[in-house]
Amino acid sequence: MRFERRARTSPLLGLAAPLVAVAVALTIAGGLIALSGAPVLEAYARIAAGAFGSRLAITETLTRATPLILTGLAAAVAFRAQVWNIGAEGQLYAGALAVAALGAANPLGLPPAALIAALMLSGALAGMMLLVIPVVLRLRFGVDEVVTTLLGNFIVLLFVSLAVEGFLKDPLAFGWPQSVPVVEEAALPRIVERSRLHLGLAIACALAGLVFLIGRHTVFGMQSRAAGLNPAAARFAGVPIPGTLIRVACLSGGLAGLAGAVEVLGVKGYVTTDLSPGFGYSGIVVAMLAGLNPLGVVLAAVFVAAMFVGADGMSRTLDVPSFIADVTVALSLLTMLVALFFTAYRVRR
Amino acid sequence: MTDLIDILFTVGLWSSVLRIATPLIFGTLGALLCERAGVLNLGIEGIMTFGAMAGWLAVFMGADLWTGMLVAAGTGAAFGLVHAALTVTLGLSQHVTGLGITLLASSLSYYIFRLAVEVQGTPPTVEPFAPLVIPGLSGLPLIGPALFSQTAPTYLAIALAGVLAYVLFRTPLGLAVRMTGENPHAAEAQGLNPIRIRYGAVIVGSALMAMGGAFLTLAAFNSFFPTMVQGRGWVCIALVVFSTWRPGRALFGALLFAMFDAYQLRLQTVFGSAVPYQLFLMMPYILSIVALVVMSRRARVPQALMKPYRRGER
Repeated sequence: MRFERRARTSPLLGLAAPLVAVAVALTIAGGLIALSGAPVLEAYARIAAGAFGSRLAITETLTRATPLILTGLAAAVAFRAQVWNIGAEGQLYAGALAVAALGAANPLGLPPAALIAALMLSGALAGMMLLVIPVVLRLRFGVDEVVTTLLGNFIVLLFVSLAVEGFLKDPLAFGWPQSVPVVEEAALPRIVERSRLHLGLAIACALAGLVFLIGRHTVFGMQSRAAGLNPAAARFAGVPIPGTLIRVACLSGGLAGLAGAVEVLGVKGYVTTDLSPGFGYSGIVVAMLAGLNPLGVVLAAVFVAAMFVGADGMSRTLDVPSFIADVTVALSLLTMLVALFFTAYRVRR
Repeated sequence: MTDLIDILFTVGLWSSVLRIATPLIFGTLGALLCERAGVLNLGIEGIMTFGAMAGWLAVFMGADLWTGMLVAAGTGAAFGLVHAALTVTLGLSQHVTGLGITLLASSLSYYIFRLAVEVQGTPPTVEPFAPLVIPGLSGLPLIGPALFSQTAPTYLAIALAGVLAYVLFRTPLGLAVRMTGENPHAAEAQGLNPIRIRYGAVIVGSALMAMGGAFLTLAAFNSFFPTMVQGRGWVCIALVVFSTWRPGRALFGALLFAMFDAYQLRLQTVFGSAVPYQLFLMMPYILSIVALVVMSRRARVPQALMKPYRRGER
């Protein structure tokens, strides 16, 4: 048995890949649910109901999907250029912290729209700076950015802990380590009444469209794809590799930082060390499930968010540990990688 | 200031160095073996977590401590097999696959732990490895407690560094592994099977990583809790670069790192609340990045690292 590269991949196969991958992941996870003694089909029915079964469930799922769209886009634009940004988690916290630090007061008396825009920009800038460092280390010293961004996540999280227990600590939080809340007028407006769903979702979707257009229709998009596909060939074609990779880092880090900013301005209002239940890492899964396509990221983010929100409710009623959601999401990353392989290769005996 | 130097002469510091270093030695040697054969294994963080859980659970269920270590090694080998199947046979991206393995192995270990153990309040514990006091030598001042009253897996880890160095640089098998990591086409031309060698290296390396994880729950601590590996796996990946892919230097790097870590822990108590403790906790991670920057220029990376090998394809 051997593998042979397909001359061309039919678009149908590309569309089927994520569906097959998710189906296989759900099947394996079903075995794990059975291990806990719970009825598998009922568990899945409850996950679906918990994620989409009511108005509240749908808005909660979409609220959860919002930061995932942004971290998913962050991973997608970086991976496309073979910049292995695994630091979205840290960049998200950096963005959140910047917003919390600058948004605690409104000394300039900015109108809400300008204040929100300024804060989101500062969050994006914080994430940007955090990713530019490892990419410069790679370009300058040849240090693999995977390890530096991963280690960076731990450093940033400790810094957040330092901030919320120290200089940013809210004195009115009864001793809980959380930051001073951002001013009320900086809160993102709700887009559905009686829910937590906020304007961030629309911003994230708009950015997905924008990133798609940048990738498709700009010189930068072409250069970043070329740098990812074949750096040597790209260099011969006159693509400035260092500049391109740093621009990619700015875009990717900025999107991840924005995820943190949006989560603070839209949902929490303040920063704690458990602001993100692994949004940065899940963003990698989202990007891969989407086949690195910015528009697909939106759908993949909704799937991953639905797993988490649905499993929460299911675990309470059926006594299956809610970690099943993390397991399923991780499984779907691996099955998606395999599915992507078979869209490019066929088996020959 | 004298406080800071006094710490260097306390028995507690030096006896904790080897304890802190042990999981790093196991993990670094495991990652080094994988990379010498040309496969980056970023599954390490998750494999260590799973090993910590599986080893602890086996002992909690009634197995003895060494069986626990073996069970951990077995689960590590299983994850290694998955990593090898995806990255060697299919030639998938080693970065993304490794992260997938880490996400899967860590979430799976939390899931299985929750299923197997009812946690109310404090997590359940097991009786961990007792220090193996070497008669005579352990009575020596300072180095006695530091070197000769450690737990058995610590001695095993140090011995393994020697074994791995010997195998890699003094045996035909080691030559075959290194050749596969440098140029699998040349290895194939010599009649070797690069696919099989890579599988073997990744499986054995992953088993070592899992044993490092099991050391945490069976010797350093006595219970399992989520996120207990705390980035040690990523530190190991950095230590492999620091060691320039040599087992002896990996041992040295892990010890050096553990020394800083032990020192940092004691500095926290000296400074008390004057300096936020988080700054000290950051030091190991910052140190790893600095080590990477310093060594990356000098390091001679295995030439075929992260390059999938497909027969008849260039």
